[in-house]
Amino acid sequence: MGKIVALTGNDAAGTAMIQIRPDVVAAFPITPQTELMHKFAEAVADGDVDTEFVSVESEHSAMSAAIGASAAGARVMTATAANGFALMWEVVYIAASYRLPIVMTLVNRALSGPINIHCDHSDSMGGRDAGWIQLHSENSQEVYDNLIQGVKIAENRDVLLPVMVTSDGFILSHTLERMEILDNQGVQDFVGENHPQHTLLDVDHPITFGPLDLPDYYFEHKRQQVLAMEKAKGVILEVGREFKKLSGRDYWLFEEYQMEGAERAIVALGSTAGTVKETVDALREKGEKVGLIKLRVFRPFPKEELVEALKGIKALVVLDRSNSFGGFGGPLFTEIRSTLYGSGLSFEVLNYIYGLGGRNISLKEIEGVYSDLKEVIETSKVKERINYLGVRE
Amino acid sequence: MIEIRWHGRGGQGAKTGALFLAEAAIEEGKYSQGFPEYGPERMGAPMKGFTRIDDKPIKVHCEVANPQVVIVLDTTLLEVVDVCEGLKKDGILLVNTPQDPSRIRQKLNISGRKVYTVDANGISIKEIGKAIPNTPMIGAFIRATGLLRPETIYEDIRRKFGKKFDQRITEGNIRAIKRAYEEVKGE
Repeated sequence: MGKIVALTGNDAAGTAMIQIRPDVVAAFPITPQTELMHKFAEAVADGDVDTEFVSVESEHSAMSAAIGASAAGARVMTATAANGFALMWEVVYIAASYRLPIVMTLVNRALSGPINIHCDHSDSMGGRDAGWIQLHSENSQEVYDNLIQGVKIAENRDVLLPVMVTSDGFILSHTLERMEILDNQGVQDFVGENHPQHTLLDVDHPITFGPLDLPDYYFEHKRQQVLAMEKAKGVILEVGREFKKLSGRDYWLFEEYQMEGAERAIVALGSTAGTVKETVDALREKGEKVGLIKLRVFRPFPKEELVEALKGIKALVVLDRSNSFGGFGGPLFTEIRSTLYGSGLSFEVLNYIYGLGGRNISLKEIEGVYSDLKEVIETSKVKERINYLGVRE
Repeated sequence: MIEIRWHGRGGQGAKTGALFLAEAAIEEGKYSQGFPEYGPERMGAPMKGFTRIDDKPIKVHCEVANPQVVIVLDTTLLEVVDVCEGLKKDGILLVNTPQDPSRIRQKLNISGRKVYTVDANGISIKEIGKAIPNTPMIGAFIRATGLLRPETIYEDIRRKFGKKFDQRITEGNIRAIKRAYEEVKGE
């Protein structure tokens, strides 16, 4: 059975890492990820875990060391945020293309400039096409649970892809919350031992990582990454079912909240989903048919399942906590609208970009979004397709 | 759900207080959140902390707009910050000051609501040896609100402080909380 504790998102992620006991952790501190690594480094210094902790001089080196260790057969974890992740960028792609099951917490923070340490999703969305599985978290509990499941998903032989678990900077990372942690043995048994098939140190079966891959084979290797992502969906579901047996908590590709009979829906990522749920509860009490889809798995993108879940609604808003400057809406909007095109569903889809640089999103503002949707349904008119919520114009 | 806003100056423990209270609530089996408002904090600058307490899971992750309780650790803030902003009509304002609640009420022109005061600085100087108002303010808070048991707080202090400080400081903090619990005045 689990134990009820009070932890911040950072301590929750640090605790998960301590319980997973990875072979190698390489990291560089950056706000708001720093306390996470403090927690883990302290456990290493105290001898509570026998992890090889590599203090590096930059995030580029952190991911490079993680790649080397993972290719050598070690179970590897790390964590970063925003500009730290941006500095990693080159090697982030390499981790995925070498098919290395590295698990990383990304504490979401706005990318500079101007310098801002607060939450938005510009960093994780910047890594959208890098070939990493992305699991998003609503609260500290989900940060913890996603990390434990992430190890098992990443190391599955049908997958072998790195996994990124997000935690909204400050909103989760620095907020103390009630959550439940599993016992150490339970986590150890769940993640099991890592038995990689191909490693650099297996001298009896020598292999090469990262050779020159010219037009003759590069494309085939990229195609294999696509297939691994497709297989990952089933593995994520399987690991979720197994995790439920251990924890009692449900994990799927996304969570449908009050979608039964909903006419107006919002799709959201991360901690804002919780604030939307509170709004949904209040509006449902007044008899309004509103619901929420909280996307957990952004990569691989659950397109068929989303189409299924959105059948029956009359209008949809996609909340994006990042933007694509000069593009047609935020990255989540673009993808969802594209998913719906040709699906046979034909309701209006609007985009609200919000919360950049940590700008608060209030219950009142979310209520306003649902009321805008009402107007769209009643008038069959869309005033603005792409909207900016909570910004001074 | 009870929402609490802490006002302090950097270094006075508004963040620690907000998180401490949340942890104590969770130990009593309640649901809670504790978080600070992060800005360019430095020693002496005005800052805020927040605590939410409920009997059911807390879903919201936005800022606290309409607190039920406002705790002010430093009276000099009363002149520079609107500490009553958004405070509910039946809310509680708790201020660290040797002045009577009526003086604070008059000074801030507060109608309705409840105003409590306690000399948390004086108490902590006497019992702990320096002005650390956040722990005695927790004692005043549980008296003013009836939320949480004093024993939970004492146990928490013994467990947490026991690791870092000597027994004199731990017991000084507990005495400070007890005194603030006894001495807080309200109207």
